[in-house]
Amino acid sequence: MSGVRVLVGTHKGAFILASDAKRSRWDVSGPLFAGWEIYHMKGSRADPNRLYASQTSGWFGQIIQRSCDGGKTWDTPGGALTIEPGKPPAGESNKFVYDTSPASGKPLTTHQWYDGTQHPWEFKRVWHLEPSLTDPDAVYAGVEDAALFQTRDGGKTWRELAGLRGHGTGPQWQPGAGGMCLHTVVLDPSNPRRIYVAISAAGAFRSDDAGQTWKPINRGLRSQYIPNPTAEVGHCVHRIALHPSRPNVLFMQKHWDVMRTDDAGDSWREVSGNLPTDFGFVIDVHPHEPETVYVVPIKSDAEHFPPDGKLRVYRSRTSGNEWEALTKGLPQRDCFVNVLRDAMAVDSLEPSGVYFGTTGGQVYASANAGDSWEPIVRDLPAVLSVEVQTLP
Amino acid sequence: MIRVVLPPHLRALARVHGEVTLDVPGPVTRGSVLDALEGRYPVLRGTIRDHVTEQRRPFLRFFACARDLTHEPPDAALPDAVASGTEPFLVIGAIAGG
Repeated sequence: MSGVRVLVGTHKGAFILASDAKRSRWDVSGPLFAGWEIYHMKGSRADPNRLYASQTSGWFGQIIQRSCDGGKTWDTPGGALTIEPGKPPAGESNKFVYDTSPASGKPLTTHQWYDGTQHPWEFKRVWHLEPSLTDPDAVYAGVEDAALFQTRDGGKTWRELAGLRGHGTGPQWQPGAGGMCLHTVVLDPSNPRRIYVAISAAGAFRSDDAGQTWKPINRGLRSQYIPNPTAEVGHCVHRIALHPSRPNVLFMQKHWDVMRTDDAGDSWREVSGNLPTDFGFVIDVHPHEPETVYVVPIKSDAEHFPPDGKLRVYRSRTSGNEWEALTKGLPQRDCFVNVLRDAMAVDSLEPSGVYFGTTGGQVYASANAGDSWEPIVRDLPAVLSVEVQTLP
Repeated sequence: MIRVVLPPHLRALARVHGEVTLDVPGPVTRGSVLDALEGRYPVLRGTIRDHVTEQRRPFLRFFACARDLTHEPPDAALPDAVASGTEPFLVIGAIAGG
């Protein structure tokens, strides 16, 4: 019987929430990697039992964890796939070293700091893991300070795709409130050579040659917090999403503004429409309806909680501009949580499921495309990321 | 044998309980102890000192024999009591929240 597996990263560990296709009763397991920040956990579409997790700590740095059995057991890649009793895990899966070799073409060592001065690139953590659509051993990692890394050996070794940092605008990139992070990696399912990434605060970028060369795709964005509001880079893009059937159509939740492109990012237009506020972090697309988009409006960049204390998901069935509030089952008073950029996901069942997690530790699920919601769990640590796997 | 006490998160990562005991060939220094530790538990590489520069991670400190050895050179000899196994070498996560 088909089912779903919801992968939740939190400030103090990871949790796996599992259900059958009814999505009414849930098994909760965790915390995994208790006490560590789990920025992101995602499964491979090529092998649903292959999961990757970014485990990180301000004290001890970055660890990459991998499971080959759907999350039952985990290992740090580089050694045996499973731990032998009495033996420690092996590997150097946490070795993320920026490419500064002359062979990479344009080694780049500084970006813009908060005060406008130049600052050296310093690796801090992996924000997002995006497994290949076809190879369970291949994964992209978006990191802070912003760069894109790739593994082809299941996470054992990581190599920077240095063409992104080296393409020329890097000295103009600057950190947002959460740091200078590459937080979004979107793979075009119709074109294995096309990759989109988003960086706070630099903007969106596209590669058409499997990550070797990149160009900014920010025309149409307008940001008041940079000297030139329509500059080529410097925009704080919070999240982008696409539907597999229309890979040239992308939706963006920017720092402020919800945007849409119909030409793979060459130009964007605003589709915020009647949203109560167009600030927010998450954005996602219905798995079966390419015109249906979800956002969670947040009051402002200064006040990271829902307007009026009402937690509302907004759904547009018209690719933006016209939005409806989805409130059934969500708190409509005294709610002051945030929903972070990687904390929404959709399953591909029928009717489709929508999931999101909050900084208050709730993970909400809708088994009817957002019409109504129920909390799967209410009291986890602050949720950093939510992904879902639809299992056969 | 050299005794090393790791902070709880690193014990969990290395899947050890209590103190770690290590054979350290040659002079007993912070560098040689960490070399032996990482050799035995490769998962700890990068968690105490940087992969490339081998600089101490900023929020970690090293104590032994009631002394703060954090800012001693990595090739300085550790106290005799550590070298003899009488006292442990402590890797400490700085108290900066948690």
